[in-house]
Amino acid sequence: MINTRLKVAFSAMLAATALTALPAHAGKTLDAIKAKGQIVCGVNTGLAGFSQADAAGNWTGIDADTCKAIAAAVLGDATKIKWVPLNAQQRFAALQSGEIDILARNTTFSLTRDASLGLHQTAVTYYDGQGFMVTTKSKIKDAKQLKGQTVCVQSGTTTEKNLTDFSKANGLGIKPVVFEKVEAATGAYFAGRCIAYTTDASGLASVRNKEAKVPDDHVILPQLISKEPLGPMVRRGDDEWFAIVKWVIYGLLEAEEYGITQANVDQMKTSQDPVVQRILGTTEDTGKLLGLDKEWMAKALKASGNYGEMFERNVGPKSPLKLPRGANNLWNKGGLMYAYPVR
Amino acid sequence: MAETIIFQSLPSRPAPTQTEGLVPWAKANLFANWQSTLTTLVVGALLLYFIPQFVNWAILTATTVPNAEACRTPGVGACWGVITEKYRLIIFGRYPLEVQWRPLVATLLLLALLVASCTRAFWNKWLLVLWVVIIGTFFTLMYGNVLGLTKVTTDRWGGLPLTIMLSSLSMVMAFPLAIAVALGRRSKLPAIRTFCTIYVELIRGVPLISVLFMASFMFPLFMPQGVTIDVMIRVLAGLTLFAAAYMAEVVRGGLQAMPKGQAEAAASLGLSYWQTQGRIILPQALAMVVPSIVNNFIGLFKDTSLVGIVSLYELTGSLGLALNGDADWRPYKLEGYVFITLIYFSFCFAMSRYSLWIEKQVNKSKLR
Amino acid sequence: MAEAKVAPRTPPTKRDWSWRSQAFRGLMYQILAVVLIGGAVWFLAHNTAENMRIRGIKSGFDFLTAPAGFDIGESLFPFDSNNPYWKAFLIGITNTLRVAIIGIILTTILGTMIGVGRFSRNGLVRGLCQAYVEFFRNVPVLLQLLMWYLLFTELLPDIADAKQVGGFFLSKGGLSFPEPVWASGHVWAIGGLVVGLVAAWFYRRWAQGKFEATGQLRSMVWAPIGVVVAFGIVGWLIGGAPSEFNLPKKGEFSVEGGGSLTPEFLAVLLGLTLYTASFVAEVVRSGISSVARGQGEASQALGLSKNQEMQKVLLPQALRVIIPPMTSQFLNLTKNSSLAVAIGYPDVVSIANTALNQTGRAVECIAIIMLVYLTTSLSTSIFMGWYNAKSAIQER
Repeated sequence: MINTRLKVAFSAMLAATALTALPAHAGKTLDAIKAKGQIVCGVNTGLAGFSQADAAGNWTGIDADTCKAIAAAVLGDATKIKWVPLNAQQRFAALQSGEIDILARNTTFSLTRDASLGLHQTAVTYYDGQGFMVTTKSKIKDAKQLKGQTVCVQSGTTTEKNLTDFSKANGLGIKPVVFEKVEAATGAYFAGRCIAYTTDASGLASVRNKEAKVPDDHVILPQLISKEPLGPMVRRGDDEWFAIVKWVIYGLLEAEEYGITQANVDQMKTSQDPVVQRILGTTEDTGKLLGLDKEWMAKALKASGNYGEMFERNVGPKSPLKLPRGANNLWNKGGLMYAYPVR
Repeated sequence: MAETIIFQSLPSRPAPTQTEGLVPWAKANLFANWQSTLTTLVVGALLLYFIPQFVNWAILTATTVPNAEACRTPGVGACWGVITEKYRLIIFGRYPLEVQWRPLVATLLLLALLVASCTRAFWNKWLLVLWVVIIGTFFTLMYGNVLGLTKVTTDRWGGLPLTIMLSSLSMVMAFPLAIAVALGRRSKLPAIRTFCTIYVELIRGVPLISVLFMASFMFPLFMPQGVTIDVMIRVLAGLTLFAAAYMAEVVRGGLQAMPKGQAEAAASLGLSYWQTQGRIILPQALAMVVPSIVNNFIGLFKDTSLVGIVSLYELTGSLGLALNGDADWRPYKLEGYVFITLIYFSFCFAMSRYSLWIEKQVNKSKLR
Repeated sequence: MAEAKVAPRTPPTKRDWSWRSQAFRGLMYQILAVVLIGGAVWFLAHNTAENMRIRGIKSGFDFLTAPAGFDIGESLFPFDSNNPYWKAFLIGITNTLRVAIIGIILTTILGTMIGVGRFSRNGLVRGLCQAYVEFFRNVPVLLQLLMWYLLFTELLPDIADAKQVGGFFLSKGGLSFPEPVWASGHVWAIGGLVVGLVAAWFYRRWAQGKFEATGQLRSMVWAPIGVVVAFGIVGWLIGGAPSEFNLPKKGEFSVEGGGSLTPEFLAVLLGLTLYTASFVAEVVRSGISSVARGQGEASQALGLSKNQEMQKVLLPQALRVIIPPMTSQFLNLTKNSSLAVAIGYPDVVSIANTALNQTGRAVECIAIIMLVYLTTSLSTSIFMGWYNAKSAIQER
């Protein structure tokens, strides 16, 4: 009878749904990651220097390298990552729901996000500020010249609000043209729909140097209108995982401070410097406190190199983005990068 | 004031010397009277002005060399080089280059299945088995990880295979749901009728994009702690729910058109409700609405272009992927749009012709 | 429900509640459905609440009264970033309605023209109308919107060297046009138009009466329009003929002053109109061809002209077939306007998206989007249902 057939089909459907709904983390994030053997890392859909996939699907950039370092520290293998490209609207929901374990997507830390999204902000991996890019042809030298002009911006970003604040504080009456996707926003700017394009200065450099036909046709205005501390976020409610992400980042910074590089990790293991010994786990087992093994930082450094190397490789003066180290230098070299001691 | 009217027969006109051929056709259709002649001249002049310009741009001065420099030469029209350079990225998205034969074969299989489903000779229960087998093959080929095929995760699927898969799969899954809902809306049980009506009106009242937003942003929050579902599956579920509501209305239209006598006759033969519906009413009602179902499918096929907004790279999305990040080729986006417009058009046009043809078949059977 | 027993029975005198009876089974099915669906809804709601609680995600609609903190590119009434979120949503809704209402009007005009054009005596017109329909309805509307936006932003001149035609400027910044400066004299002009409308209504009644009494045909379209226009002009003259216009001028980087339409708005409007018009044309065509053939032949035999035949015989009869599918096309246009988000037009979806990101209230923002469209859809179908009932043929 069709009645029974329908019932069978229905229960089969239910069973299929239950099967596809595989558990992503059974309890604590770390246990779950170890159990499934991979870290799920939410990244940008494509921002040169931060996270971008090549044709073969390999991800590069500061955010991607951070994920690799964490994967190496936790699982001992930097390739055990599932990359989930996210746009600005999806990112928080993806992290909240447990679809991803870590959100490394050039995301700004702010009070609202900390207090209302159910997320934790770990440690800053890039100190940025919002700027403007205009065409050389427009002869605009100062952001205050943008009075009454159209500015292309991506929706769902702190950028949109900063632009409003700046326009308001200076009485400029800037008209924002808001796009859903970053590609659409830059596309409209390059087509000439807007006088200026605004986002974080690093993003501007990325767009100018990688996407403009002739980079010299575009200038990035010198003034920055906001503070944009960027870094990875994790879900609330799992302090151990929060600590691991935070300390891998501090470890990368401290490694630079003490001269441990991707190339010399193994030689440095014989170093007599107690700080180096602690980082590399030759004397004290710092990993154990975090629930990781002794060599956690050594593995992370082998995968991504120290913070300075990550910066140079992805966004530094020798990379296509040609960004100066500036505020992202170590504290003892005039920058803001001051890691808590790994001890 | 009375006036006498005398009817006088007019002299009969000579028979037209020629009723077929170009000249009489033109006389009747282009120069019938002065208004028609004027329209012909104006419209013809406009066509003569625009068509050569378009042909000139699209064919005569166009270049197909995959070299952005060649396109920038002054005087060059359309730059089809962007297609010859990027066609694999546009059609297959980010699927790994060296194994792109897999989506190709999978898509061809799926297309063959669609064509078979459109052919009357195949309309029996084996078609259902064929669907299950081919969809299984499709996913095996695309995902791999067995039989020595490398694993390709769903975030790298894209382009035309994704478009065809999303539209056909959601349509097929929507079908049983739609029938259930259509029957439910005509049910005599008030609770079931209310649920079905609310479902249909709710979904039909909101745009697809909000359903997709829900599937991609909100759905994860609905799930219990620790359960996640792949975003592609979620989008597929969203499309299915959306398509089912529209198709339920089509099916309901077919059910309503069935003469009451059929159900009464079935009842007098002692058939149960499910037997009546399954053996008598549904087969006839569904055959009647096949054209509308095909039209629904065309709509769904076009609507899959929206999933690009929630970052799945189907055909429209993969074009953006191919061109947005590449400064050399970005200026030739128009050519890219023309290319995928042609792809969408040829699929939809073929299906709409099929729908017309099948409509004629249905009407023919009605006339008997 | 149809009886399903084979054995002959006496007709039931009262409801049979034995466990095999239909009434009992029906009740069971319903209880099952309510329990299943209620359970599913409770399961999802419970999960959502639980997830939000565990992670400390804030929820609720209280954010609507907080200051929005972002600007909106185009709005019908002034908006400041200190205004609350609900006002931002309101602007999004008005932007959606603006594009939907103008789009529906243009679509109806264009679609009817093309649908009627399919019956033209001129073969060229017939062919073009068919080609139009086939092309525009077989290409996704999102693609068409993107394409129009691309054409607007790529092909039009830069804002700095906007193309000037009369008082109009066209550029990548959009279309700027002269806008009449509001003066008290305009009140008189509007008053004149209103008086003209009333006069035209009386004229039509009088002409209709005359026609029925004597058979003399009077102009039923042009004369009333003339009356309205004439009264409007008289009112405007009485008001002192205010004729000051706010003319757009070319500034350093942009065109300033006057009224303006952004390329986003134009692209959405054009794309939606051209796409939906192809469906409306088909609706009109099938409506006209549903009118019995004898009607057209009869009107020709009566000596009506081709235009009169269309206006007085075919279209009025076709209208009752046309209205229901036309309604769903209008609703489709309204719902498709949500795609504006892809090309940066600040409609309600775009505003909700921004709000969603600034506040993290995903459930609430998407609920608002759905509610807005549901309200529009349901109210439109109620209105059209009423109109349909009114215009349906009174069966005798």
